[in-house]
Amino acid sequence: MRKLAWLAAAAIAVIGAGAAEAQQTPRKGGVLRMTAPYSASFGSLDPHTTPRAQDDIVNKAIHRTLYNWDTAGNKLALELAKSVSTSADGLTHTFKLRDDVVFHNGRKMTADDLIWSYTRIMDGSKGYPAARYIRIIKGAVDVEKGQAKEISGLKKVDDFTLEMTLTDKVEPGYYFFAGSTAILPREEVEKGNFASAPVGLGPFKFKEHVPGSRVITEQFDKFYKAGKPYLDRYEILIMAEAAARDVAFRNKEIDTSILGPAQYVAYRADPQLSKGILEVAEMFTRAITFNHDAKPFDDKRVRQAINHAIDADLIVKRLVKDKAYRATSWLPPSSAAFDKSFKPYAFDQAKAKKLLTEAGFPNGFEWELTTSQNESWGLPIVEAIIPMLDKVGIKVKPKLVEATVLTEILMKGEHKSLISSNLTGPDSLATLRCFYSKTPRTACHYTNYNNPAFDNLLDAAAKEGDMAKRNDMLRQANNLLYEDAPVWFFNYNKAVLAYQPWVHGLQANPTEITHQYPEDIWVDASSPAK
Amino acid sequence: MLIVLARRLANIVPTVVAVMALVFLLFSVLPGSFISGMNEDGRSTIDPAVMERMRKEMGLDDPLPERFAKYMINVATGDLGTSFRTREPVTKLIGVRVWPSLKLVFAAMLFAISVGVTLGFLAALRPGSLIDTAAMVGAISGLSLSQFWFGLMLMYLFALTLGWLPSFGYGDGGLRNLILPAVALGVGPMALLARTTRAAVLDVLNADFVRTARSKGMSERRVVEWHVLRNALVLVVTIVGLQFGSLMGQAVVVEKLFAWPGVGSLLVDSVFQRDMPAVQGCILMIVLFFLFINTLVDLAYVAIDPRIRYR
Repeated sequence: MRKLAWLAAAAIAVIGAGAAEAQQTPRKGGVLRMTAPYSASFGSLDPHTTPRAQDDIVNKAIHRTLYNWDTAGNKLALELAKSVSTSADGLTHTFKLRDDVVFHNGRKMTADDLIWSYTRIMDGSKGYPAARYIRIIKGAVDVEKGQAKEISGLKKVDDFTLEMTLTDKVEPGYYFFAGSTAILPREEVEKGNFASAPVGLGPFKFKEHVPGSRVITEQFDKFYKAGKPYLDRYEILIMAEAAARDVAFRNKEIDTSILGPAQYVAYRADPQLSKGILEVAEMFTRAITFNHDAKPFDDKRVRQAINHAIDADLIVKRLVKDKAYRATSWLPPSSAAFDKSFKPYAFDQAKAKKLLTEAGFPNGFEWELTTSQNESWGLPIVEAIIPMLDKVGIKVKPKLVEATVLTEILMKGEHKSLISSNLTGPDSLATLRCFYSKTPRTACHYTNYNNPAFDNLLDAAAKEGDMAKRNDMLRQANNLLYEDAPVWFFNYNKAVLAYQPWVHGLQANPTEITHQYPEDIWVDASSPAK
Repeated sequence: MLIVLARRLANIVPTVVAVMALVFLLFSVLPGSFISGMNEDGRSTIDPAVMERMRKEMGLDDPLPERFAKYMINVATGDLGTSFRTREPVTKLIGVRVWPSLKLVFAAMLFAISVGVTLGFLAALRPGSLIDTAAMVGAISGLSLSQFWFGLMLMYLFALTLGWLPSFGYGDGGLRNLILPAVALGVGPMALLARTTRAAVLDVLNADFVRTARSKGMSERRVVEWHVLRNALVLVVTIVGLQFGSLMGQAVVVEKLFAWPGVGSLLVDSVFQRDMPAVQGCILMIVLFFLFINTLVDLAYVAIDPRIRYR
């Protein structure tokens, strides 16, 4: 409970900071030097081809999607449309598009651009990653399979009205806010060098890309939000090495930096640096995924025993340096279906031993755990849990692999158990479907968990049009997961962004803290960047 | 000279084929495929059926020898394939990275040769002196230093403390951004060259022909310039060639640390994303560079030591 209280306090602090910032008048002009910390290059500047967090940092500046994430309201919000109305059956959504949205080449965006962009994404010969989202539109799968040229569920009513029919009763925002569903101008894409010279609808237009080094963007003066963006230039600098980022940040060469556990401790302890720290509970749940096809993980008591046998609080405090929130179940705290009244599994090795005995393992068992080197949810964590589980008779044998291949191992079901970080938002229904018995393993059902009561709750939630009722059902389903412990619930990621004192308007985006909507950011006159 | 060149060029083809075959083999046993790279952070972003179709279209289900043969035929025509990750031609990906890589490698070698050879030479001319001791302590330290740690120390000193140079990035591609990564990359070869030069010069200084030259009354300066320098140079050039050739591959750590946009950082990203065409292209480029430099070294031998010419 103390953790949850702390979490709430942190959220209030962030909101409070936001309110204080709102009282200041944003300054026009200046440069922001944002860092892209996740790899040594960008995959592609064509947003349809890439699902990577690193690439979306650039996408947020150059491109726009139908919806965006409203950090202040902690919800999805219409971005390219003024309003949306939904039919009685909850399947057809009519979007009134903004009529003031202009591409960087000067052409106005119309409904045709949305239809063309979504149809492009469904080109089955290209395997565009966002197809997973667009597939929700009626007829999109036919295009993907090559059986149709047009998505039947998309209908242009007029230039600024789009009718979209979906296959399920879902909140469309969850499907059309990912950067990989950006609306692109057909004429520019068909020139053939779009990835080298991207043209979008975003607040900044592309100026320069030095592969492996940086992307420079400049203010777009016809951006549809009045008075925005504030910055003249938005630079995204690739800095994959945390230690180098630290030097550059302290040397005031960059304006933001993502912090790892070790730096988080150092920055919090520093009287100056501690003033510029933005924290948020991101929608990632770290857990050990048990393969229920492999004995003894088919037994709920064994899984519960493991949850009781590990002192997760101690690991979060000592190893992760408090750069995480203890997980109580699968959905993260930012989910509307998160149950704040729940407490995490208590560290109770006597209870763990008792559960193991009841399950027929009084002397424990030997267990292979696949892990990566990751400092926050990899080998160091596994090394910490080995002696804890040893005390209840469970011998853990770590199997080290690269982080890159973890998902592939899960998809093939080659694991007995595997520790990883899992995207658990913002769509709580889609997130929980990873435990739905009819979801194929390849689609994310890595545990092969099977509980008819859980399935029924999800079926009912999917049919429910009232969001409050739906969230209540999802909350019950999430609590059922807590009880059945299909995984070892470890922690929710606490993303930490350090920023310089002259930077204002940053957003504590729980979907990914580096994904800033740069039109809201401004720098005051003390910024040294020219 | 032409015979040496012809022999060297004839060796390039089997060497390249052997290296590429090894890369193919290694990648076939490594866990993961391009699908791994498309599923970042556990986001299962591609439908399994689409993945299967893509695997077929990319020929990833074909037998390994068949894929290898196709790849080598394409390479012979200048086609290095299309990157799984960026969906751009690999030649284009590598093309923009070559110049920064070459700049970094040449600058690192320039630093290594100018400092290493000079130190080694001075140390050998005054064995046991303070300069000899200092040079050799420096050389051993340079050999033992981790590039990563040394690079960080350079950043702390010259960027954070003194504020003389930028700590990272490519900037406008000028000297200011190049100095720190070049020194970090060049310190290892510099140390090796200092030790090699010292040993080679000491060896030549004790040779019979040097004693003869001195006994004939030749001045010490002339002995060093005419006999010592030229004879010691063969070994030094060998080390320079080997180090030069391998620096492109070694630059991975420095490029990542300093956010330098070279082939090394592209290679690392491509390996992690299992982007096989890009990995093969980067390795091919590094191997060709190594072979090119070593061919130049072989030609340099002939120029330096006339005895090699008559073999």
